[in-house]
Amino acid sequence: MVAGATTTPGERPARVIPKRRRRGPWFWFRDTGWRHLIGLVMLVFAAFPLLYVLSASLNPTGTLVGSNTLFRTIDFGNYIELFQLPQQPYAAWFINTMVIGLVAAAGTVFLGALAAYAFSRMRFRGRRVGLLTLLLVQMFPQILGVVAIFLLLSGIGEVFPQIGIGTQAGLILVYLGGALGVNTYLMYGFFNTVPVSIDEAAKIDGASHARIFFTIILRLVAPILAVVGLLSFIGTTSEFVIASIVLTDPQTQTLAVGLYQFVSQETSSNWTLFSAGAVLAAIPVMALFLYLQKYIIGGLTAGSVK
Amino acid sequence: MSHPSPASPLAAPTPPAPAGSLKPPRSSSSTRGILIKIALLSIIDAIAVFGLFMLFLQESWIPFAIVLAVTVLVNWIYLTPGWLPAKYLTPGLLFLAVFQIFVVVYSGYIAFTNYGDGRNGTKDDAISTILLTAQERVPDSPTYRVTVLEQFGEYFFLVTDPEGEVSLGSADSPLERITDFGTDSTGRADSVPGFTTLGFADLLGNQRAITDLAVQVSDDPNDGALRTPDGSNAYLYLSSLSYDAATDTFVDRQGAVYRDGGDGAFVNDSGRELIPGWTITVGFDNFIKAFTTENIRGPLISVTIWTFAFAILSVATTFALGLFLAIVFNKPNMRGKKAYRLIMILPYAFPGFLSGLVWLGLFNEDFGYINQVLFGGAAIPWLNDPWLAKFSVLLVNLWLGFPYMFLICTGALQSIPEELTEAATVDGAQPWAVFRLIKFPLLLVSVAPLLISSFAFNFNNFNIIYMLTGGGPRDVSAGVDAGATDILITLVYKVAFGEGTGRDYGLASAFAILIFFIVATVSIISFRQTKALEELN
Repeated sequence: MVAGATTTPGERPARVIPKRRRRGPWFWFRDTGWRHLIGLVMLVFAAFPLLYVLSASLNPTGTLVGSNTLFRTIDFGNYIELFQLPQQPYAAWFINTMVIGLVAAAGTVFLGALAAYAFSRMRFRGRRVGLLTLLLVQMFPQILGVVAIFLLLSGIGEVFPQIGIGTQAGLILVYLGGALGVNTYLMYGFFNTVPVSIDEAAKIDGASHARIFFTIILRLVAPILAVVGLLSFIGTTSEFVIASIVLTDPQTQTLAVGLYQFVSQETSSNWTLFSAGAVLAAIPVMALFLYLQKYIIGGLTAGSVK
Repeated sequence: MSHPSPASPLAAPTPPAPAGSLKPPRSSSSTRGILIKIALLSIIDAIAVFGLFMLFLQESWIPFAIVLAVTVLVNWIYLTPGWLPAKYLTPGLLFLAVFQIFVVVYSGYIAFTNYGDGRNGTKDDAISTILLTAQERVPDSPTYRVTVLEQFGEYFFLVTDPEGEVSLGSADSPLERITDFGTDSTGRADSVPGFTTLGFADLLGNQRAITDLAVQVSDDPNDGALRTPDGSNAYLYLSSLSYDAATDTFVDRQGAVYRDGGDGAFVNDSGRELIPGWTITVGFDNFIKAFTTENIRGPLISVTIWTFAFAILSVATTFALGLFLAIVFNKPNMRGKKAYRLIMILPYAFPGFLSGLVWLGLFNEDFGYINQVLFGGAAIPWLNDPWLAKFSVLLVNLWLGFPYMFLICTGALQSIPEELTEAATVDGAQPWAVFRLIKFPLLLVSVAPLLISSFAFNFNNFNIIYMLTGGGPRDVSAGVDAGATDILITLVYKVAFGEGTGRDYGLASAFAILIFFIVATVSIISFRQTKALEELN
């Protein structure tokens, strides 16, 4: 269908006139209109659940049943109440999520960039094996080792209570365990596109390797750093399994863990409050995502399409 | 340099600073670099020394040796010249080693143990816990006056016995006579230098911890322990069980004997176990249990089949819809294309963990929007019927996943050169043939690796299942907490941390190891296949 829709430049002069003559509503529908029809169906499918949450969050009744009439009333009470629940410290969850997400993302970018630089610019024994090992280790996602992580953190907590079970620092360290791997691959590919002659020129000028890395290379690969950072931020902020095991105290929990408990206990009565929480939680991530989507898609496909 | 050249925007990404201007600050910056290096290393070393000290106190020699070796290695790497790759790889590798590789190995180890509820310590811990929990108050016990002290988060009893002697002890150390203490007006010892005396409010705030605290009277646990119900008076408690180290048995008041039954617990002749037991290595027992116990094997097999079905169908449905939409909207100068695109990627941008919860509300059997509004009040059990629940999970995952496939397919379609289509059309090929024989194979080459990673992701797509159905509806006949929509990873989580059926870390880790082998095999095979596909073209 696509092939038929696009006319080739060579044929154009011959076809322009007959086309004009046939153009009526039916032609328009066959050519473009049905696409809009499908588009409209997809718009409803894609956007409806989101509109529904938004509507529920503005609904003062609180229940699931009351949320079934969309945008009947608009009331910001839920958003205010959300911050006044003693047992569900939403503000704390929000801050925790941002802090954990940002620190883990920054750490991931830094560790990943160091490794990618070594793999891209240096030749050493075990380099190929190292790259392959990274790929292999990633096949065992951290979430599979959740029991071992729990027991490991319990053990560490006996020596360093600051990073044991129940601490956010411990959780961040666990997330950093996954810093190498897919991220290093993404960055490694991008590092390779930066000409080595830049490094060599700087080296001849007497710059140390650390100086080249921090002041030259990191700046040149900034786009991929942003992509990896954002992907890792989104990944850690929605991570549920490990966070639910490690963070035991409501004050230290993240949005994923906290909001889950919100709904899992009594679905219908907390519903509009949950919706308000969900809207607030989603807005920053979605805004960031939409703003940077071009780069994300580029980053995701770069490795495979190449 | 002084006159602006039109080419300057192109030169922007390369470092503008000429070499000459770099030279003067370089020497100072390299001393700064060394200072930073030394500062970071000393912080790491300080932490390491603290850890070594703590491990030394706890007499954990193997971790002690590991921490020592790693600390020495790290210092050596950063203080000696050369070994440049190691300087860049070490930080990431350390985290990888501890939180990935060690975790894999440790999971493997746990899979061969009976670790779990009531089986999570050493035998010695189990013996002393059994003695403590079987304690009963001695009927005519004298009253010991007691003050609760605290030091480094640990509680101590400062005991003034009926004869006026004062001693100090905690859960870990039996009572010991002391002489350096302060007393209150009634002659009761109430303070010791270096310890904090708990006030009334503190006692109330930590009531549980304090009433649970038992301080042994002497080194021999059979002598009994002191407990306080109120924080000011303590009584002697004796265990109703007595332990005989020589024969390694427990005897209770009725004379029943409990022996080490060989599977990590003391059992008597009639099969009653004393709780807690302790961790032992059980070899392949967990794997054997998974494959031979009827009410575990059945659910495990159906969960495995559903995991594959879920992952394959998820990839297939999202890819089909995404590709279809990519073709539909791959028409140059179609109006509103950007708006469609923007709204259609919203589900992908929406945080994944929230999607399941939102649809949970939409699908609610009694009050949800779908039943109430779309189906006019019907009570369709979207999440409570095994097959409908499977359908719902796939539908929600389609909602979540199609935008990703749409974006990827759009990119891949646009990267296929238009000349190919033209050539085929000139040769008289129909549009469908052009798509099927030329575009689709080309598209598949670039998209296949992403489809494989999407499969691997969905294979362990915990959030969507757990948030939407919780794995349910539950199969009540199963010996593990498994439901119709459980995939392997949610099964692992529920077996390990579930509330329904006690925690069984050993069995859960055995499942995790099985998943690892499945995913690794599938990925390796499919990557080989795509390599072959690439070479073909």
